[in-house]
Amino acid sequence: MNNFTYTKAQSTEEAVAGLAKNSQAELLAGGTNLIDLMKYNLQHAEHLIDINHVQGCQTIEENSAGGIRLGALVTNADTAYHPLIGQRYPLLSKAILAGASAQIRNMATNGGNLLQRTRCYYFYDAHAPCNKREPGTGCSALEGYNRIMAILGTSPQCIAVFPSDMCVALAALEAVVRVKGPAGERVINFEDFHRLPADTPHLDNSLQAGEMITGIDLPEEGFEQNYSYLKLRDRNSYSFALVSVATGLKLSGDRIDLARIALGGVAHKPWRVKEAEEFLKGKTASPENFTKAADLILEGAVGFTHNAFKIELAKRAIVRNGIMALNPSETQRPGAQPSL
Amino acid sequence: METTQLSRNTNTSKIDCIRTVTFTINGQSTQLQLPPWVSLLDALRHHLHLTGTKKGCDHGQCGACTVMCDGKRILSCLTLAVSKDQSSITTIEGIADNGELHPLQKAFIEYDAFQCGYCTPGQICSAVGMMQEGKAQNRAEVQELMSGNLCRCGANSQIIDAIMEVYIPETHE
Ligand SMILES: Cc1cc2nc3c(=O)[nH]c(=O)nc-3n(C[C@H](O)[C@H](O)[C@H](O)COP(=O)(O)OP(=O)(O)OC[C@H]3O[C@@H](n4cnc5c(N)ncnc54)[C@H](O)[C@@H]3O)c2cc1C
Ligand code: SF4
Ligand code: FES
Ligand code: FES
Repeated sequence: MNNFTYTKAQSTEEAVAGLAKNSQAELLAGGTNLIDLMKYNLQHAEHLIDINHVQGCQTIEENSAGGIRLGALVTNADTAYHPLIGQRYPLLSKAILAGASAQIRNMATNGGNLLQRTRCYYFYDAHAPCNKREPGTGCSALEGYNRIMAILGTSPQCIAVFPSDMCVALAALEAVVRVKGPAGERVINFEDFHRLPADTPHLDNSLQAGEMITGIDLPEEGFEQNYSYLKLRDRNSYSFALVSVATGLKLSGDRIDLARIALGGVAHKPWRVKEAEEFLKGKTASPENFTKAADLILEGAVGFTHNAFKIELAKRAIVRNGIMALNPSETQRPGAQPSL
Repeated sequence: METTQLSRNTNTSKIDCIRTVTFTINGQSTQLQLPPWVSLLDALRHHLHLTGTKKGCDHGQCGACTVMCDGKRILSCLTLAVSKDQSSITTIEGIADNGELHPLQKAFIEYDAFQCGYCTPGQICSAVGMMQEGKAQNRAEVQELMSGNLCRCGANSQIIDAIMEVYIPETHE
């Protein structure tokens, strides 16, 4: 880790001004990703601005639009266990609790979760060529060991996946990211927040230099009746997803009025296909219809040497999770196994 | 020592960066002069010689460095000591009460919940936090909420046995 200076910001204005003053400054939230990367010398900062104490980003509150605003500095644990989130957005609670460990969730913040970097092995290996870490050096994963990599939205420049669980639920919920920067405040729809690698894989998202996330707005619809988060991984806890699915349904009897399905572990951003959600509208919530939706969602998926299995796995996970969403009181208990 | 962390340098000299950190460690008010890149783990082990807290991976992956900070279990390896100015930290050295072992410590002995013992301080601090959080309802959930503490010796089932003995005695068979 390099030497750096450190200050605590008390307000978002102070944090944003600090970033404007020093282009080599970074914001420190929970530190669970930043400090890790700095210890590996993969990320450097001349100055850290600790934003853990900034005012105005520390609460979870109802917003004027009938939804909820999540403060950027509220921890993942406090968010997942918040009564309003548990009642109105249980899909989000479930997704957060599927990620990392209890200690890490006590530290990690909502803003930091959106900005965590990929877990691509070569990104973490300073000696390996990696376009995300050092643009123009090449992508070691293409011809290397690529079992955990993406199958959708890849480019010849980068096939990394975005590893967050929380963000898969936020994509399904159509959350909105609130941002403050030198030019003032703006909002970014969740689908536009994370990007595909294309030919600029060093950019994970659409946050501009000097901007900070202040909060995340959840729209009114929380799918609290019919939802499910399914995370498939090599070990049943404390492990990143190979494939994960967040499903929210609005039902009239067994007919689907509204469906949202987002996939994690398969792309450089949470993956949603609106045609598949449209297709499910008015259909029966049956394995057959979820299978057709899964085919639409995985359209164009391309596997690499070690990860082609993800295509079939993702399809099956979508179908299984659709069925699980019909009965969340049984399938979403903490500790419930991912089987039906 | 913290000099191991001084590898890649910027123009910033160490002297310019030193800060005063005041925290309560195991009930005792403590002041340290530290550069900001020292982790809470290194501050405890190298600066305060509280070597009960262990460094397993130093990257957030094993839980050996778990301590309680303002009542919450956190990983001291991914925490900058300076960021915990004015906080209250409890390490494994502060878990016993005046020489009387904590019920979890007694249960770990009774259930043989360790072999090499390297993961044990983190396991116990984590279990203290898990019990205070009070979210786990049964053994499977205790296991899930203790998954951030790895044991390479494979004492996991005894560790969960020991925790269940203290946490939910009636459901333990
Ligand atoms: C061992 C391990 C296992 C994990 N497993 C999982 C998992 O299974 N699923 C999962 O989803 N995640 C997992 N994580 C990742 C974890 O969720 C993230 O590291 C965490 O959410 C990051 O949040 P933070 O507050 O600690 O961010 P930090 O590390 O503090 O910051 C990350 C980045 O975001 C920037 N930043 C932070 N807050 C803001 C803000 N408000 N505005 C602008 N920039 C900001 C920082 O400058 C930094 O660049 C794991 C992490 C570890 C270490
Ligand atoms: S997949 Fe992306 S992150 Fe991984 S080596 Fe290739 S360019 Fe780097
Ligand atoms: S030493 Fe902190 S988690 Fe391993
Ligand atoms: S007892 Fe050896 S690592 Fe757990």
